[in-house]
Amino acid sequence: MSQKESLRGLTRRDLLKRASAAGASFVVGTGFLAAPDAAWAYEAEHLDAETFATLVQMARDIYPHDQVADEYYVIAVKGYDSADAAAGITAGIAALNAAAQGKGFDSYLATGWERDRVDILRGMEDSAFFQQVRGGLVTGLYNQKAVWPIFGYEGESFSQGGYIDRGFNDINWL
Amino acid sequence: MAAPFDLNDDSVVVIIGTGAGGGVLANELAQKGISVVALEAGGRHLPDDFINDEWESFGQLAWLDPRTTSGDWRVAKDFSGLPAWIVKSVGGTTQHWAGASLRFQDHEWKAKTTYGDVQGANLLDWPIDPREMDDYYTKAEDKLGVTRTGNRPGLPGSNNYLVFEKGAKALGYEEVHTGRMAIQTRDDGDRIPCQQTGFCFQGCKWGAKWSAGYVDIPEGEATGNLEVRPQSHVARILHNEAGKVMGVEYYDANGTLQMQKARIVCVAGNSFESPRLLLNSASAMFPDGLANSSGQVGRNYMRHMTGSVYGVFDKPVKMWRGTTMAGIIQDEARHDPSRGFVGGYELETLSLGLPFMAAFLDPGGWGREFTSALDHYENMAGMWIVGEDMPQETNRVTLNHDVTDQYGLPVANVHFDDHPNDIAMRNHAYKQGQAVYEAVGATRTFPTPPYPSTHNLGTNRMSENPRDGVVNNWGQTHDIANLFISDGSQFTTGAAENPTLTIVALAIRQADHIAQEMSAQNI
Ligand SMILES: Cc1cc2nc3c(=O)[nH]c(=O)nc-3n(C[C@H](O)[C@H](O)[C@H](O)COP(=O)(O)OP(=O)(O)OC[C@H]3O[C@@H](n4cnc5c(N)ncnc54)[C@H](O)[C@@H]3O)c2cc1C
Ligand code: SF4
Repeated sequence: MSQKESLRGLTRRDLLKRASAAGASFVVGTGFLAAPDAAWAYEAEHLDAETFATLVQMARDIYPHDQVADEYYVIAVKGYDSADAAAGITAGIAALNAAAQGKGFDSYLATGWERDRVDILRGMEDSAFFQQVRGGLVTGLYNQKAVWPIFGYEGESFSQGGYIDRGFNDINWL
Repeated sequence: MAAPFDLNDDSVVVIIGTGAGGGVLANELAQKGISVVALEAGGRHLPDDFINDEWESFGQLAWLDPRTTSGDWRVAKDFSGLPAWIVKSVGGTTQHWAGASLRFQDHEWKAKTTYGDVQGANLLDWPIDPREMDDYYTKAEDKLGVTRTGNRPGLPGSNNYLVFEKGAKALGYEEVHTGRMAIQTRDDGDRIPCQQTGFCFQGCKWGAKWSAGYVDIPEGEATGNLEVRPQSHVARILHNEAGKVMGVEYYDANGTLQMQKARIVCVAGNSFESPRLLLNSASAMFPDGLANSSGQVGRNYMRHMTGSVYGVFDKPVKMWRGTTMAGIIQDEARHDPSRGFVGGYELETLSLGLPFMAAFLDPGGWGREFTSALDHYENMAGMWIVGEDMPQETNRVTLNHDVTDQYGLPVANVHFDDHPNDIAMRNHAYKQGQAVYEAVGATRTFPTPPYPSTHNLGTNRMSENPRDGVVNNWGQTHDIANLFISDGSQFTTGAAENPTLTIVALAIRQADHIAQEMSAQNI
C-alpha cells in the first residue's frame, strides 16, 4: 500500500483533526497512522492504530535519534503488523500501558517526558516483548539504506571504484 | 588419474573444508601430483558475487547452521545461537577475513616454558621449534602476498589509521604501521591492487585480498589433481577394522547421502566443526569419537582475548573508507608479566559499517547513551584488540544431542569462560586503546565487548605426548595414522597474533609431510 493510497479520501484537515490521539507526533485515524503534515502515512492492517502508534513511540524511545524522522521508525516496526505477530504485540503494548498506568499515566503515549517512558521501559527491559522489539530494531532501523546518509554512512563503494581516489585518507584536522 | 574422481577411488586424499587450512592443503597436494577430493559444505562465491552490504553479505557467506552456547562469556547471552562469525563457502573464512598476517613471536611456540604454571590454564609447548617455521612462514607470506614482507611495500594509511597512528605515537608507541596484510598493493601481481573500498569483511570484490577461495582453489583445480565438491556436508568419517580411516559419508547438494572412499582424510572444518565431526564419528571401536583416546577432542577451545575500542571525535573520521584492518600497534605484544598478565596483545585498526556498529558496539544496549554514540558515527575511529588467551580444559566443544541440524546431526555446543589472565589483559588493552584515542582528542571512548568469535582455535590441539592432545607435530592424529587435522583447531596455544598466516604455514608444511609419507608407503 503506497502512502498516497492510504491517504486517499482524507484531507489534510481531516488528518490534523485526529492528531490529538497520539500527542503531536502522529495522526492516528481508524486503522492508520500518519505524520501531522501528511508527509507519510501507514495503514495498519492487523494492529489497532493506537497500538501501532504506541509501538512506534516505543521504538523511538529505545533507539532515539532526533534527526531521524518517524517514517523510518514506522518502517522498522511495520513487520509486526502481520497476522502472526499482531496478538503478541497487542499483548505487549497492553502490558506497556498497564506499566504506564502503574506509574500514574493514562497510557504510555500520555506521558509527557521521554524520561518517564524510558523509566517504564527499564522496568520491562528483560521481558521477551521488549527484547523482541529492541532486537528487531537493530536491523529494522539501522539496516534501512535510506537512514544511512543521516548518519553520514556511505554504504557500498565498489560501483564508484572504492575510495582510493575519493578520500580514504582525506582527514585534515590531525 | 585426473579429476573428477570416482566415489570408490580409494587412492584419493579427502579434505573436509576449503578454508585457510583445507584450501591451502588441497592446492599444495595437487601441485605435488596427489589426487585430492575437497568436500566443502558451502557454495562457490567468487569476487563478482560478493556484496558490499554487511547484513546481505552475512546472509550470503556466514555459517548459519545451528549451534548452541554456554559459559560466562557475553556472547552466550547476546548472540546465543551464533558463537562464531565464520564462513560457509569454498574458501572458508578467508573469504571475509581482513588479511592481517603476522608470524608468532618465538617464545609463543613455548608458552608453558615461558609463562610457567598459570593456575587454571592447560598450557603446553608446541612440539615445533620456531626455527622450523621460518621457511614455511616465508612461503606463506609469498603465497598470500603479505605487505611489509619480502620486498612488498605497506598499504597507505586510511583516515582510521591516521588517527590511530597519531594517538599511538603520542603515547610513545614505536612499532606502529599499516600492518602486514595479505592484500595486493602494486600493479605487478596477479591480483588487482587494493582500491580502498572498505568491505574487506564482506569479501573483496576486486580480489586484491588473498582468499583460498579464488586463489588456491582454482590453482589446485588447474592441475587436474583437485576436485572440489561444493555444498557437500561431511556427516561422518568411516574407519575399517584395522582402525584406519577409509572414507567419509557426506550429504551432497541434493541432500543425498554419499560415501567417498579415501586413502587419507584431512579435517579442516574450523574449530567447532572439526571436533564435532570427530565426535559425531564415534563407533564401537572408538566410542568417544575418533582420535579421542586422550579425551582432548573439543577441549582447550581458544578464541583470542579480544575486544574493541571506539573513540568519538569532534570532527569527521569516516573510518569506513579504506582497508578495514590495515593498522597495527605491536608494542604490547611482548610477554611482560609486570603488566599483570602473561602473554601479550596487538592493537589493530578496525571499522564497521553503521549496520554492524549498531549490532556490535554494545550488544543489548539502548537509550540515549547508546544512540548518542551512533549519532556521531561519522566522527568515530575504531580498533580491535587481539591477544593470547589461556587454553582451559573446560572451554570446549561438545555435542548437543538436544539440538540437531538440517541433517539430523547433533550440533556443537560451545562453552567458554574467560580466564582471569584474559580479563586482566583485556582491561589493560581497553585502557591503552582508550588512551590512544584520548591522546588525539577523543571526546568519548567505548570499551566494546568481544564479538562472536572470528578466531577459533585449539579444539584438536597439537602435543608431543599423545596423552595431552589430539595430533602430533605434523597435525597427524596420535591415534590414527591416516587421519590429519589441517585447520586452526590444531593450535596448541593461540599466541597474540591473528592466526591465519600460521594456519597456512602449517598447511604447507603438512603437505610436505603427507607427500613424503605417501611416497614412503607409510600411509
Ligand atoms: C570477519 C573476520 C575477519 C578476520 N580477519 C582475520 C585477519 O585479519 N587475520 C587472520 O589471521 N585471521 C582473520 N580471521 C580469521 C580467519 O579467517 C580464520 O582463522 C581462518 O580462516 C580459519 O581457517 P580454518 O581453515 O580453520 O577454517 P575456515 O577458513 O573457517 O574453513 C573451514 C571450512 O570448512 C567448511 N566445513 C565445516 N564443516 C564442514 C563439514 N562437515 N563438511 C564440509 N565442509 C565443512 C566450512 O564451510 C568452511 O568453509 C578473520 C575472521 C573473520 C570472521
Ligand atoms: S579495502 Fe582493499 S582489500 Fe579491502 S575489500 Fe577493498 S579493495 Fe579489497
